[in-house]
Amino acid sequence: MSRSVAVLIASLAGITMVLSKFLVPLGDAEVKVADWFNVLAAIAFVLGGANLLKMNLLAISARGPGWGYSAVTLVAFLVTLGVGVLKAGVPPAAAFPDVPFSGEKDVAGSALWWLYEYAMSPITGTLFAMLAFYVASAAFRAFRAKNAAAIFLLATAFVVLLGRTYAGVLATSWIPHDNAWVSWLRLENLSAVIMSVFTNAGTRAMIIGIAIGVAATSLKIMLGLDRSYLGGTR
Amino acid sequence: MSHGAHAPSLVDRIDRIDRRWIFLAMFLAVAVPILWVGVTGRTFPETPTPAVQGAFDALESLPPGSKVAISMDFDPASAGELQPMATAIVRHCAMRGHSICAMTLWPAGGPIVDATLKDVLGGRPEYRYGENYVSLGFQAGNEGVMKQVNADMAAAFPTDARRTPLADLPVMKGIRRITDFDLLVSVSAGYPGAKEWVQFTVSATLTSGKPLRFVAGSTGVQTPQLIPYYPTQMAGILGAIKGAAEYEFLVNDAVRRADPAASIPARFQEAQRRMAPQLFGHVLMIALIILGNVVFFARRARGVQA
Amino acid sequence: MSALPPGAELDPAVVRRATRLWLVVLAIFGGLLVLRSVIGTELGTGDAARTVHGYGLVFVEPAGQGFAEVPASAWADAMAKDPAQDRITLSVPRTAGVWVAAILTLAVLSFLWRDNPAYKLAESIVVGVSAGYVMSVAVWDTLVPKLVGALAPGLTKAHLMPALDVSAPDWWALVPLALGFLLLCRLAERTSWLGTFPLAFVVGTFSGWKFVQYVESDLLAQVATMFDPLWVPGPTAAATVGGTLCAVLVLVGVLTVLAYFFFSLEHRGPLGGAARVGIWYLMITFGASFGFTVMGRIALLAARCEFLFDRWLWLIDPAGNH
Repeated sequence: MSRSVAVLIASLAGITMVLSKFLVPLGDAEVKVADWFNVLAAIAFVLGGANLLKMNLLAISARGPGWGYSAVTLVAFLVTLGVGVLKAGVPPAAAFPDVPFSGEKDVAGSALWWLYEYAMSPITGTLFAMLAFYVASAAFRAFRAKNAAAIFLLATAFVVLLGRTYAGVLATSWIPHDNAWVSWLRLENLSAVIMSVFTNAGTRAMIIGIAIGVAATSLKIMLGLDRSYLGGTR
Repeated sequence: MSHGAHAPSLVDRIDRIDRRWIFLAMFLAVAVPILWVGVTGRTFPETPTPAVQGAFDALESLPPGSKVAISMDFDPASAGELQPMATAIVRHCAMRGHSICAMTLWPAGGPIVDATLKDVLGGRPEYRYGENYVSLGFQAGNEGVMKQVNADMAAAFPTDARRTPLADLPVMKGIRRITDFDLLVSVSAGYPGAKEWVQFTVSATLTSGKPLRFVAGSTGVQTPQLIPYYPTQMAGILGAIKGAAEYEFLVNDAVRRADPAASIPARFQEAQRRMAPQLFGHVLMIALIILGNVVFFARRARGVQA
Repeated sequence: MSALPPGAELDPAVVRRATRLWLVVLAIFGGLLVLRSVIGTELGTGDAARTVHGYGLVFVEPAGQGFAEVPASAWADAMAKDPAQDRITLSVPRTAGVWVAAILTLAVLSFLWRDNPAYKLAESIVVGVSAGYVMSVAVWDTLVPKLVGALAPGLTKAHLMPALDVSAPDWWALVPLALGFLLLCRLAERTSWLGTFPLAFVVGTFSGWKFVQYVESDLLAQVATMFDPLWVPGPTAAATVGGTLCAVLVLVGVLTVLAYFFFSLEHRGPLGGAARVGIWYLMITFGASFGFTVMGRIALLAARCEFLFDRWLWLIDPAGNH
């Protein structure tokens, strides 16, 4: 019964959103539904935080290996949430000095800003920066020109890698840039041609194919034919 | 080592090299040029590509005082690539005297919006908050926010980031929906970002009476996915740090043409500085790929399984 | 350095040697940091120039309701004019922040050597701080104005968001409130089935939006571009030939890649030939994508290196921060 109600909700919501594109009176409904969607998205963040709390509390109480790190995560989460929601270190807005919570939550100098600037930003930035090392290691270990297609791929990669830096400009600076019949062979121009012609074509075809697939899947969901999003719940 | 086994050859030793040597090589390829550029202040010249020139022309061709919406859809993890783009675009808008309405769809993007506006506009007394620039901050919902701003900006952003109702802000006068802006810019690291803006906001306007002009800045990973939208659905793309460097070059060149004696502050050449480590990093990548293949084929020629 | 064979266990003597090596490395690193301090940095200009033996320092001056960062050389100049001035001062929280950020950056980078407690600690911190930050943002930027403000505008304006422009309650906000409550029921095993309804709402809404937007933007608009003229006249013969050739190559590319992804028919005959051409286009596409991906990753590493060398160690000053 609950699955049928859920499928009905999904169908009604989806079909309404499709019809609102074509029926002007439904335009306001679309804005209202979008508002509900956005509030729900924000509540999903709350759900994520609560789930983090639950999982780490379970890990700490189980005292399994590495439970100390769960405690660190928990403390970091609660401290950040506390200073963020309570706006620690945030002065009231100048226009409303009598309302303590009227200031911006992450104004420069506040506790939340400090955690964002000096804890969250450097760690997330460094985590992503590490990928440069792994891509270098992967390039050495895995990229093998075993067949013609792989050679094509690597040759294109070389052209783009060189063409997008000054190395490419230097390498083909001997090719005259004012002779349009040959200037496209300069690496910086060749990489632009590769992007605007071949990458454009390949990606466009994939975009068209994906669009057809998304349209089909969305239709199946709206018609109740695809219920995989309900999972195995009763 | 068993009796009679051969000592590993150079090819075998290279094949079995610890990957931490490769990590060290990559670190040096990036760190040494950073130090060199930091000490000498020298950067490589840039030649703008058509997609970047298109983005520059889209902003440059707007009459002064036009209204530009900038969505900075990235977080600190991608700021290394995208912050120079955002800075250059806001600076270009300031040079042209455009009004700026900045927002973000990423939860960690709020401070980035504030910092960018402060860094670029803080030294310009003609720019006053609320009068000709505003930060709307963040709203949750991704495409839901786009759907709302298509119809009613105030429905998506009841207040700006400083909690002032939009109706009380002079800069938002005459703006009811996002299509009332003269140009939309998205500096995006992924989802939600430029692709979603094209799908949910820009494309619908192309067949209406007033197409919304759109320019995107994106990370290297996302740039190939946005190429098909150029030039019909977007006027220009700034692709990766190279695109940022080219755009910076165009903006700085415009400053010098207007005033040959003008000096360009170093903080407005951030992307150009980062092209030096790019060069050496890319050369290292090519060398590693070639070396890996040389080793592979040498071992295969000897009949050793890979 | 050589990699260990899989499954091998470390000899205790090797572990002791590795620990001693680590202590030596840390001692050398600490020594370099002390040496950096001894060398110092010259701040200020002209007569105001002075050598400061610290680094990673942040100076601020009052601005509005808080403080704004100023270059360290501005502090040196101010001190030279008036040693008793207290307008530009050292910010202890921000200076501590720069050092904490540097240590956390090095802790994450230490994973490149091997997994270790420092990396695990940094990882735990970022998970907790990120979740807390995102939740705080969701509460103040969306839930307070759009949920609390909609249902209790008086309370919101009095205590939370005085500038909110709402006078009467909007009872439609009870819908997302109810859906949100059902969503939170997913936390408990017994009530998790209630979360199906808000999930269905989200999936259904999303499907409706995606159906329209993907068809409009990615299908119709992209197919429409394929009907652009193949003959592209230009100002010169070379431009005309080049433009026309590019247009033809794009058309051929799109059709052949689509042929490759069409699996309903066996790839034989003309379809097979077209699919083989499509593979070449895809190889070029992926090669270019790889090149761009490398570009992106290296830029991120360059940014972190800049932070360490500029903001922390004060070895370089490209942006005039100090």
